[in-house]
Amino acid sequence: MAEIGSFALLLALALSAYSFLAGIIALIFQKRTTPALALQPAGNVSVREEGSLSAMLRQGSERIGETARRAGIVTFAAVLLASIVLVICAFRDDFSIAYILHHSNRDLPGPYKFAVLWSGQEGSLLFWSLLLAAYGFVLRLRYKTDPRLFAYASVVLSGVQIFFLLLLNFAAHPFAIVQGTIPNDGNGLNPLLQYPEMVIHPPMLYLGYVGFTIPFAFALGALIMKYPGEKWINITRRWTMVTWAFLTCGVFLGAHWAYSVLGWGGYWGWDPVENASLMPWLTGTAFLHSVMMQEKRGMLKMWNMWLVFATFWLAILGTFLTRSGIISSVHAFAQSSIGDWFAWFLAITLIVFVFFFFKNKSHLRSEHKLESLVSRESSFLFNNLLFVLLCFTVLWGTWFPKISELVQGNKVTVGAPFYNRVAIPVALLLLILTALGPLLAWRKTSFESLKRNFMWPAMGAAGVAIFLMITPQSWGSAFGLKPWQDISYFYSLMAIALSVLVTLTVASEFYRGGRVISKHTGQGMFASMVQLTHRNTRRYGGYIVHFGVVVVIIGFAGAAFNQDKEMEMGYGDKMNIGPYTLICRSYTDDDAPNYSSEWAVLDVYKGGKQIDTMTPVRRFYKASRQTSTMPDIRSSLNEDLYLVFEGLNQDNGHPILKAHLNALVMWIWMGVWIMLIGTVLALVPNAPAPVRVPATARLEPAHARPMVTGD
Amino acid sequence: MSRLFDLRTKRDTRSLRVVQGVLLSAAVFAMLGASDPATRFNELGHQMMCICGCNQILLECNHVGCPDSDGMRNELMAALSRGDSDSLVEQGFVQKYGPTVLAAPTGKGFDRAAYIIPFVALILGFGLIVAVIRAWKNRPAPAIADGLHPVRGIELEHFRDQARKETDL
Repeated sequence: MAEIGSFALLLALALSAYSFLAGIIALIFQKRTTPALALQPAGNVSVREEGSLSAMLRQGSERIGETARRAGIVTFAAVLLASIVLVICAFRDDFSIAYILHHSNRDLPGPYKFAVLWSGQEGSLLFWSLLLAAYGFVLRLRYKTDPRLFAYASVVLSGVQIFFLLLLNFAAHPFAIVQGTIPNDGNGLNPLLQYPEMVIHPPMLYLGYVGFTIPFAFALGALIMKYPGEKWINITRRWTMVTWAFLTCGVFLGAHWAYSVLGWGGYWGWDPVENASLMPWLTGTAFLHSVMMQEKRGMLKMWNMWLVFATFWLAILGTFLTRSGIISSVHAFAQSSIGDWFAWFLAITLIVFVFFFFKNKSHLRSEHKLESLVSRESSFLFNNLLFVLLCFTVLWGTWFPKISELVQGNKVTVGAPFYNRVAIPVALLLLILTALGPLLAWRKTSFESLKRNFMWPAMGAAGVAIFLMITPQSWGSAFGLKPWQDISYFYSLMAIALSVLVTLTVASEFYRGGRVISKHTGQGMFASMVQLTHRNTRRYGGYIVHFGVVVVIIGFAGAAFNQDKEMEMGYGDKMNIGPYTLICRSYTDDDAPNYSSEWAVLDVYKGGKQIDTMTPVRRFYKASRQTSTMPDIRSSLNEDLYLVFEGLNQDNGHPILKAHLNALVMWIWMGVWIMLIGTVLALVPNAPAPVRVPATARLEPAHARPMVTGD
Repeated sequence: MSRLFDLRTKRDTRSLRVVQGVLLSAAVFAMLGASDPATRFNELGHQMMCICGCNQILLECNHVGCPDSDGMRNELMAALSRGDSDSLVEQGFVQKYGPTVLAAPTGKGFDRAAYIIPFVALILGFGLIVAVIRAWKNRPAPAIADGLHPVRGIELEHFRDQARKETDL
């Protein structure tokens, strides 16, 4: 089997190289022959002969281009074959392959054997390559949308694909054979990865990371060919939105996995690898906003080009961070030499992009004209500034230990306290803009109209803030907030109040639009709002995404009220945390083929009444000889009761349990669902607006008068 | 200098008092609860890392049998019981475990750059955007076809409001 996999990878490399080189040759010849044909004057025999030669060359280059496209399509089949072979080897317990030996074992459950594909260095690179080939497959099938632009994008994709296939064939081979005696059983999968979400989290994250290659390929292609107009940005926007949705899903699935498995009670640790996934998300989000400036007003063409490139580059940088070992992280794969490969690739892509940018930047010049500081355009500029600044802050914090080592000779830690101090104020500013943005019109907004639209949401937000401060703490975690007691309470109150402000502005937008439709059609308000959303899915889908974001922010704000308690608990022992009382009913152990486990049974009481029984577990995985906790979590809108079985007291055999009371965590996961629903809605095509102008009222072309040029 | 004071109006003096009052209140609120040992233990414990390699905040390290976190927590408690100030406690930990024991860069020496650079970037970015907006705003308007008179002022605002109400769906 290993030979088939190795052969498939070599074949994929050869096909990619062909697709890249033949694609370049075809594009060069097409570029040279197109003007000759266009300028061919009628009746001139020698020029006509030259023209027919050009036509022949053009036909030939088109055929070469077609073979390049097909080679790209077949690359997908070859990489898919290699991936299938690796999965089959995992299911057949073929420990003659080093990768399977190190990441699987005989008793590993089926779904995790499938997940072996992306659980280690070599396999995850193969998976990356597979997703890239799959995206390329779809792109090359849809080439008729704009054959020339797609041909350029296909060449760029092939270039990136070659890099990953070179890595797989020569630096991180997934089908490397074990030397010497083959062990009877494998080392097993890392216990932390043996959790249902790990079957879906990496694919989502990788779909996001890899997906940003597509907008980059289109952007670079459009830059090289000096693509006229903004059509490329329309094509790219949909790809970017889909990719953004995958990355959002991947990042939050990772957060949920960390929360459900790692057992420290949190979901985000500002680890370099977590930061690496956040950075392209931030620049990608900035791009999704600034792209509207280019579509509507033809502005920010250069900036958008850089944003697309930065997003792709940061996705690769994240992979470099994970695999080079240059920055220490609990997530990092084993250190290896592939970090150098990534460093070279990052340098080459930067050089190529900068070269073409400066060569063709005159093509990107546009006449920027703003009428007012108080306009939608300005809000997008500030929005982009804040997103890019947040990204810079995360990048700065991630690299600061290394910079500190270079400057002052010692490393420092840059953890949550740093990011809380620096990133939270910027994020709050961004929330203010999120509230203001929808109320600002393109070109210019009068202060009167802004005041009129902003007053009620602002009063609502202030009212909620005052309500949260004056309510008694006994009502729940988020009540009785005294912002002067702790800076984290101040941030939480601000975050919740601004979230309410955003929600009310979004609601007012739906209401105002719905009211207009309702007035014109006589429909009910809800039906009108549905119709409104269907008429401009992108705008109203975007508002739903904004609403999802504020729900997530409210969830984050809850972190200020978290509590925890640790206790050794024998039979009948009690622990009080918040409104809950936990009583240890029993503790025992169990044995399964893949692991042995220790667990406790705790009755949960609230207000003197038993409401639940919880069973936190600690597992010992036999193959890898590692332990892992399986916290038991009881979620409600107000708070999560999170129990961790930390271990046994060796002297008396009593379990040691840690209880966390995490406020508002469920809001985070709900918010993500809302964000995804909003994104899907934004991808739905708009419904056509009903024609209201009567035929008799139409202007005849002869009577039409010239109008002011505009958008 | 005294002339400056003479020139100050009563209104300025009143504003200064308001600012002083706000600053004093903020200082009082900031001091609330600062002396409570449990609060200090919680705050300091969240500003330090466990050094066992788990990459977790000291009070969030959840490994039973962790070779370091229990001892470090006891040391922290002992230092607070002795009445050591926050900076003295941090210095003691840095001397014993090295600078990586602190969960964030300090506000001293080169470490200050960690905090300053993002805010400098924010200020520069804001300045740049305001300058860009002003430059774009001051550009001449595009030429208009003959015979047309651009609508301006209140009339333009009226049309904008009307267009927004009727079509901005």
